[in-house]
Amino acid sequence: MFWKYGLFFSILSGGIWGIFWQIFFTVVGILTLGTPLSLELSQIMIIGPLAGILYIKSQKFLSIKFHLTTIIVITFLIFISHLGNPYQAKDENRLIIFMLTLLTSFFIWVSLNHSLYNLSPGKLSKHDIESFFIKFMWGIGLIILILITLIPFYIMIMTSLKNQQSLILNPLDLSVNLNTDFKTLFNSYIELFTNFNFHLFLINSFIVSCTTVIITLFFSIPGAYALARLRIPNKKIFSGTVILIYLIPSIVLIIPLYAVFSYIGLRNSLFGLILVYPATTIPVALYMLRGYFSALSSEIDDAALMDGLSRIQIILKIAIPLSKPAIVSVGLYVFMIAWNEFLIAFMFLDDPSIFTLSRGIMSLNSSEIPQQHLMAGAVIATIPVMIIFLYLEKFLISGLSAGGVKG
Amino acid sequence: MTNIKKKNKNTLLEKEKKLGLILLLPTILIVFSVVIFPLLANFWISFKPVSLGDLRPPKLIVKERIKGKLSNKNQLAEIQYRYRNSSIKYDLENVIIKDTIPNGFTVKDLHPAQFCKIKLKELTCNLNNVSSRSSGKIIIKIHKNDQWQKELDNPKKTKPLVTFSSKNVLTSFEFNTENFKKVFSASEFFEVLKVSFYYTIFGTAGALLVGLLAAQILQKSFRGRSIVRGLLLFPYVSPVIAVAFAWVILFDPFSGIVNSMLIQMNVIDKPINFFGQKYTDIIIFGYVFKFPLALSMVIAFEIWRYFPLSFLFILARMQSFPEEVYDAAKIDGASPLQQFYYISLPFLIGIMSILFLLRFIWTFNKFDDIFLLTGGNAGTRTFTVNVYEQAFAISNLGAGAAVAVVIFIFLLTFSLFFMRYSKKETF
Repeated sequence: MFWKYGLFFSILSGGIWGIFWQIFFTVVGILTLGTPLSLELSQIMIIGPLAGILYIKSQKFLSIKFHLTTIIVITFLIFISHLGNPYQAKDENRLIIFMLTLLTSFFIWVSLNHSLYNLSPGKLSKHDIESFFIKFMWGIGLIILILITLIPFYIMIMTSLKNQQSLILNPLDLSVNLNTDFKTLFNSYIELFTNFNFHLFLINSFIVSCTTVIITLFFSIPGAYALARLRIPNKKIFSGTVILIYLIPSIVLIIPLYAVFSYIGLRNSLFGLILVYPATTIPVALYMLRGYFSALSSEIDDAALMDGLSRIQIILKIAIPLSKPAIVSVGLYVFMIAWNEFLIAFMFLDDPSIFTLSRGIMSLNSSEIPQQHLMAGAVIATIPVMIIFLYLEKFLISGLSAGGVKG
Repeated sequence: MTNIKKKNKNTLLEKEKKLGLILLLPTILIVFSVVIFPLLANFWISFKPVSLGDLRPPKLIVKERIKGKLSNKNQLAEIQYRYRNSSIKYDLENVIIKDTIPNGFTVKDLHPAQFCKIKLKELTCNLNNVSSRSSGKIIIKIHKNDQWQKELDNPKKTKPLVTFSSKNVLTSFEFNTENFKKVFSASEFFEVLKVSFYYTIFGTAGALLVGLLAAQILQKSFRGRSIVRGLLLFPYVSPVIAVAFAWVILFDPFSGIVNSMLIQMNVIDKPINFFGQKYTDIIIFGYVFKFPLALSMVIAFEIWRYFPLSFLFILARMQSFPEEVYDAAKIDGASPLQQFYYISLPFLIGIMSILFLLRFIWTFNKFDDIFLLTGGNAGTRTFTVNVYEQAFAISNLGAGAAVAVVIFIFLLTFSLFFMRYSKKETF
């Protein structure tokens, strides 16, 4: 059967990688040039498989020199097959078009080098076929996964740096002219901080989130310790209830909260938010910390009890210092929940001077306010979470995997 | 001897119990007041015809006016009290208006005489009932007398005192099942039910599958793996409002990049309104399928945002797995797919089913994402969005609460199922 031969797989992967990178670099070209480029696939469907055959037939004498030569040859083939104009672009963009074509062939070759490495052109065993298949899918999967994850963030940042005129003129032109001065480039951000009170929103968000973290930890640490260590009647029922409460979404609670808080006049205030947020985060924190505390060995506690320390002292002097990383990760996770919270802030806050960031961005979502302001707001809200995340990734990942089923 | 030991142990236990409860008490109180109480209140409201306007209690608005010249002794002047019931729904009962007439005036005439009395310059009008939306006037004719002093005697100086009682729907003991009838009989109920389950099942399963794939990909070690691992968590840790609007702008029919790109590359000739179009026709081999576009987009967003979570859990579980088993399988000649199918998958099935159940519950309860992407339009209205729609868009709090009760019942069923199941599996 022909499909059991390595040659067939080289043709197949050459074709697929060719199409993949051709689409990818056409899109990149459109976004950097801002001019129309047409997507030409028919030529690459022949050149790609040819490159695949070339790779698998020449595996014995692979060297850097050979790699470089073939990449240039493929580039050449692409140019010739398109009669010198691979993307039907205008003449003035020659250099960029050449770079795009070179990159296309480079990536096709590198991908082939990865997925066809050590594959013989002859008949293959079932094991070899599967290994090839997995290797091939691994490469494509990784690239697609990264692209899909990052594209919305890329759009967010690029849109926030554009101005209204150029966005309407050509939505595809996401190139950023680095020659423009700071003020025009970051115009939307400056506008948000000067005319839209975003400095206030930022402060409000910080106040609410930090207070939520402090209150949550203050109540959940002793509670979690009690659940993990002390002999309390009906402990199991209590733990079960904690999980159950932690599954109740705020949309189910929002109507009574709205009604009651309106009645007692706490609705349109940051204080109201600070009352509600910890109640939604304490069960999560309790659930996570309980796990950490029960993992600590109870012998230390017993020894401390023998030495005459009270339970409160044990919490302060032993349990907290020993589980500092856990407490940090729980605190960060709670901060993230409070910072990202949307529904309650949206329903509660009417007065622009006490908006949190989520609520503030919502107020930018109108047809009168340009898109790039909205995206700049989104970037402002995302950056603090990202900074926390990147600095303390390990902490946060352990926090996420301990209680992160919520959200 | 043993007795004393026992006693000591018991008091220690008692002490521990007490301390434990004290440590837990604040948590219990807070959670009770902000979670359990609203939950019960939700049931209460769902059996009442409450609208958003009822949160503002009905009021009697009284305005005092003076007609004519007060300083003229021979001429009659008028004090008018105009009152109005601010509520369009509720009658006010036992309405009493009180005011003081200054000493410098003599009252000549009172209207309506059957309700109002003057005793020692004290005006008391007992209006009994003021029905909703109705208004009226009290007119007192006065003239200046000898005791009049220019600065002191102005009838407007004392504000009229108003007392009344009214029914409050929120606290009254009247119940009916109108809200539930409305929610269940509406033709859209089954539509909402269908959309909710489509969204939940496909969103959860999709996120789990993509997470499984991502975990498989990231299990192999390569340069920059930890960076990629951090990168893949971005969608989950960013604020929902930021990423939802980024998607909306990305797929915008007029200035969105996806549409312009597709047009540019001649894939489509008209822009597609991805988040605003309920169905799009897809032609496969001459058959026309109605593809639920907006719903699929919302599901895609759900998968994009939550696959990192399943990915994280599955990867953590996979890395705890002993490497030797794979080595042994390799020696036995198992192919990579066989290794995945016979070793990895059975090992992961426990964590995956727990993840599925928990994520199923959370996706079912998800509100923010759909609300921000489509506002629940174009065939994407789930139960959660319906709560908002009923309570705040149509301003019928009662109906909204009824939908919330329906959600809660679903939630309870799912969680009981989850609890029963998770006992068998170790998390």
